[in-house]
Amino acid sequence: MFSFCSDPATLEGFQWMSCYLTTGKHMSMYWAVGTVLLLLAITAPAALAFGFAGASAARSSFAPLRWFGKAYIAVVRGIPDIAFFLFFVIALDQAFEYIRHRIKCPDWEEPVRQGNDFVVCTAAKLPLGNAPQWVHETYGFMLAVLTFAIVFGAFAANVLFGAMRAVPKGQLETAEAYGMNRRQTFWRVLVPQMWVYALPGLSNLWMVLIKATPLLFLLGVEDIVYWARELGGAKQPQFTDYPHADWRMWYFAALLAFYLCFTKVSEVVLDRIMARLTHGQATAAGERQRKAAT
Amino acid sequence: MSCWETIADYALRSQGIGERLLPRTDFTLCQQFTLIGSGMIWNIYFGFFALCSGFFLATAVAMGKAAHNPWLRKPAEWFIFIFRGSPLFIQFFFAYFVFLSLKGAYPFFSPLTSAWAGALVVLFFNTAAYSGEIFYGALQSIPKGDTEAADAYGLSGWSRFRRVIWPTMLRLAWPAYTNEAIFLFHATTLVFFSGFPATQQRGDALYYANYFADKTFNPFVPYPILAGYFILLTLIVIGIFGVVNNRLNRHLPQERRKTLKVRPQIIR
Repeated sequence: MFSFCSDPATLEGFQWMSCYLTTGKHMSMYWAVGTVLLLLAITAPAALAFGFAGASAARSSFAPLRWFGKAYIAVVRGIPDIAFFLFFVIALDQAFEYIRHRIKCPDWEEPVRQGNDFVVCTAAKLPLGNAPQWVHETYGFMLAVLTFAIVFGAFAANVLFGAMRAVPKGQLETAEAYGMNRRQTFWRVLVPQMWVYALPGLSNLWMVLIKATPLLFLLGVEDIVYWARELGGAKQPQFTDYPHADWRMWYFAALLAFYLCFTKVSEVVLDRIMARLTHGQATAAGERQRKAAT
Repeated sequence: MSCWETIADYALRSQGIGERLLPRTDFTLCQQFTLIGSGMIWNIYFGFFALCSGFFLATAVAMGKAAHNPWLRKPAEWFIFIFRGSPLFIQFFFAYFVFLSLKGAYPFFSPLTSAWAGALVVLFFNTAAYSGEIFYGALQSIPKGDTEAADAYGLSGWSRFRRVIWPTMLRLAWPAYTNEAIFLFHATTLVFFSGFPATQQRGDALYYANYFADKTFNPFVPYPILAGYFILLTLIVIGIFGVVNNRLNRHLPQERRKTLKVRPQIIR
């Protein structure tokens, strides 16, 4: 990185450190932080969409759809989320391959499950066997994103379902009295009003989502946990220019500090948003705000 | 091999008792049920002891956070912030490597590098921080009349805390604390995926479920079994906490006694 880094063996102290922290592998680790942020940026809206669909389904007047929505919300309560993460990554992968298998190789005779193997025809493999490395990585990442979206979508569905029920009944009755049908009442009255009730739950969910990002490691993505383990391990002089003892403790201390800062910043920002949204609302918090101002 | 033999071989496998080798081919449903159930021993062990010990630290932390003295308040606030603000997964990794280097310096710490002690310590601090925050919230919402009545009766110091503040705090915090207990049991599944080694393949329920899913390449059997066990565990936890809730509210007239609503928020 720097010009004086050409011969690391002669360096000491601060210079050694600045060269060490800018090696190619460390750069990959900093990119992995970007991966985490990208995951959050994609998952948050996707989970919200899943949650909205789930909550709407749970309120549906069509019974099977309602059961499906309620089951989707209920099932995540009793079961550890890590189990879902491990389950969905394999299950989704196999589901996609199976669907492609049925479309691309309709005249395939043998069963897909043969003992302990899951066999699909070559054309149905995802990604294709001859695909470049980055396709494999992107596919793995997309599976992880989808898994996160499904699991956190169920959490969000629970929050939104509660928020929809918290909207005062009188508002909906008024809408009906004005002659709106179910759909109009839902989109024009219920949905705009529910966000204030949903925000505390959603901000809590955002914190939980941040704290769940290290689980990417379990899904086989090369994330910051992977790099911290990789880079922190003891390095022998014959294999690297920067030998050091076992520093994994310090790498994980750095990750801990990173997450603490991240959650702290989120907390401050979310508090501001909440303060702005409660401004002028007829809730206890809004009343307190009004009293404090006068 | 009948199912009873499998149970005899593997029921205590997670504790290292019984057959040494895990099944490698021809996996039966019975084997999966037995081994995953055997792994639940670890989940219950971690959850139970972390909750029982963490409860006392949580009370202390909540009192510390509510104190006026900054020497008590600041450490309690930082303790809660650090354990609630960072992922449990990273805490496990960090603690494991700290214990590893401690062990290098002082052999006295060597039990902490194995899961039964090391992970328990982390879970103990973690649940103490989360429940400490819950108890702190409950302390803040104790009705003013209760403490005024205690003052009027001339109670002070320890007896005021023991007879008035503490029971009221518990009563107010209990629904949220039930939720925390459920989540703690769920969090115990992380232990064997985060650095702490499962020596001789003695792991928890998720460890074995993952083992079967990897070997059979079929996630649709072991994970639902695991889910069933956890739903059962959750129901038992809710049942026990409901009994305690009834005892906490026993002085109230029957119609004002609230039964514990099984409405666990999914958010810790």
